[in-house]
Amino acid sequence: MSNPVMSVDLAGVELKNPVVVASGTFGFGREYGQFYDLSELGGICVKGLTAQRREGNPPPRIAETPMGILNSVGLQNPGVDAFIAHELPFLRQYDVKVIANISGNTPEEYGEMCEKLADAGVDLIEVNISCPNVKAGGLAYGTRPELAAEVTGMAKAHAGRVPVMVKLSPNVTDITEIARAVADAGADALSLINTLRGMRIDVNTRRPILKMNTGGLSGPAVLPVAVRMVWEVHNAVSLPILGMGGVSDGDSAAQMMLAGASAVAVGTVCFADPYAPIRVRDGLRDIAGRQGLDHVSQLTGGVRPW
Amino acid sequence: MKVETQCKVLEMAQLTSGGWSMTVESHGIAQQISAPDQFLHIKCGHSHLLRRPISICNWSAQRDLIRLVFEVRGEGTQWLSRRKVGDSLDVLGPLGNGFSMEAEKRYLLVGGGIGVPPMLGCAVHGSGHCTAVLGFRSAGNTMLLEEFEKACTGGVRLATDDGTLGHHGFVDALVRQELEKHPGEYDGVLACGPKPMLKSVAAVCAQLDTPCQVSMEERMGCGVGACLVCACKNTQGHYVHVCKDGPVFPAQEVDWNE
Repeated sequence: MSNPVMSVDLAGVELKNPVVVASGTFGFGREYGQFYDLSELGGICVKGLTAQRREGNPPPRIAETPMGILNSVGLQNPGVDAFIAHELPFLRQYDVKVIANISGNTPEEYGEMCEKLADAGVDLIEVNISCPNVKAGGLAYGTRPELAAEVTGMAKAHAGRVPVMVKLSPNVTDITEIARAVADAGADALSLINTLRGMRIDVNTRRPILKMNTGGLSGPAVLPVAVRMVWEVHNAVSLPILGMGGVSDGDSAAQMMLAGASAVAVGTVCFADPYAPIRVRDGLRDIAGRQGLDHVSQLTGGVRPW
Repeated sequence: MKVETQCKVLEMAQLTSGGWSMTVESHGIAQQISAPDQFLHIKCGHSHLLRRPISICNWSAQRDLIRLVFEVRGEGTQWLSRRKVGDSLDVLGPLGNGFSMEAEKRYLLVGGGIGVPPMLGCAVHGSGHCTAVLGFRSAGNTMLLEEFEKACTGGVRLATDDGTLGHHGFVDALVRQELEKHPGEYDGVLACGPKPMLKSVAAVCAQLDTPCQVSMEERMGCGVGACLVCACKNTQGHYVHVCKDGPVFPAQEVDWNE
């Protein structure tokens, strides 16, 4: 049993451990900060930001599914300026990397947000080109390689020294095609997967549970899809990967890293267990320790395919 | 710091065909309750990812007890109804903001269906000057009536949808009668129940110029305000969240047309 070093490097950003919390599942940290010290985390991907405040979609916005949930929140957020003014100073009290997640209606909007966030001093920018719950932008950029590349280029041009990580959608035939386009356009890292589009219907009323009819599936149910896609992308491009989708314990996090992720994000499972990110971190340390590793990062890409 | 707590079930009783009363040892949660109609977010077995929000019916800080009264609505609450005395529950709470009540003031408590139980907490822990108007589907669905009689100095009035007990019809007619019979005497109306009921009660209160607070319900995720799913539109056109901003809101701040 070794005592592995837990810090990892994600696109030049040193995380004190490989566990990040996923955008949209952790607000701006205030709520779960009432349960434990946020400095325990490697990083926090904040709730998805847009250039202007957004109200989001009408409720119901959530439906429970077998070992997962569908959501259709629709990027409700106070806007990038309010984040910088009111939320970033709160997060800066903690020793944790702040990852700003952004969605734009146009490539120019992505650029403007990157400039503001880089000036404000976030540690990393996660460019969301894969939200299934908004009409403009969102998923449209994430399913067409040339648009994904254009948004990536715009973000890079305006982010200064802050690394840009592009969040990929699983709602495509071949995720490596988008990954290559984004890598060629200069992305510093990739995060995947965003949610899978899904639907649940109440058989008595014959109405979908979600008011938007469809939403994004997340939670333990999507883990195998996410692990497969991380593995495919890791084999296709040489960028570091933040792996997410159903990570709920040390084992699922280790699978994600073995498939090629440098770090993992924990999301939906926080709703069931606020302490899940801490459990995932401790579980990863145990696994790496049992395998006699000096450094948890030695798991990354270590899968031995048949 | 908030904590996740393991609470032992001390008492379990079936009140109606789908209604259950459960008393748990609270491990200090009861001491943190700040107002009636806060809720506990309970893990209902391992086959369900999400917790279930259950409103607090009554509590004793001194005896460290919390009583929950809930209705079996789906698999989660079904699981909860099968707990036995001595079983442990994984609980987050108390969560949310309850009814705001001032000492010495007089309140009309309005409960409909499974919205009835939290109103008992108002009667017991509120001002001590309460009248209750309670609505049920039918005489066979009534619950907690003796306890309301004991706690409400102004008495209890009943309505059933099918007329098998009390007023035949909805509670809003009784709310109107009560407010018109005692003009200016009620400092506020507090209501919990299905949204159409809350909407009509809010309309009666607005018309008769009586302040009204309502407890809203929406499909919930995290229960603490992080996931933003339990959205409720306010009159400014903004979505607020039932778990963190509510569940209780001033009735005039709710967009009833949403």
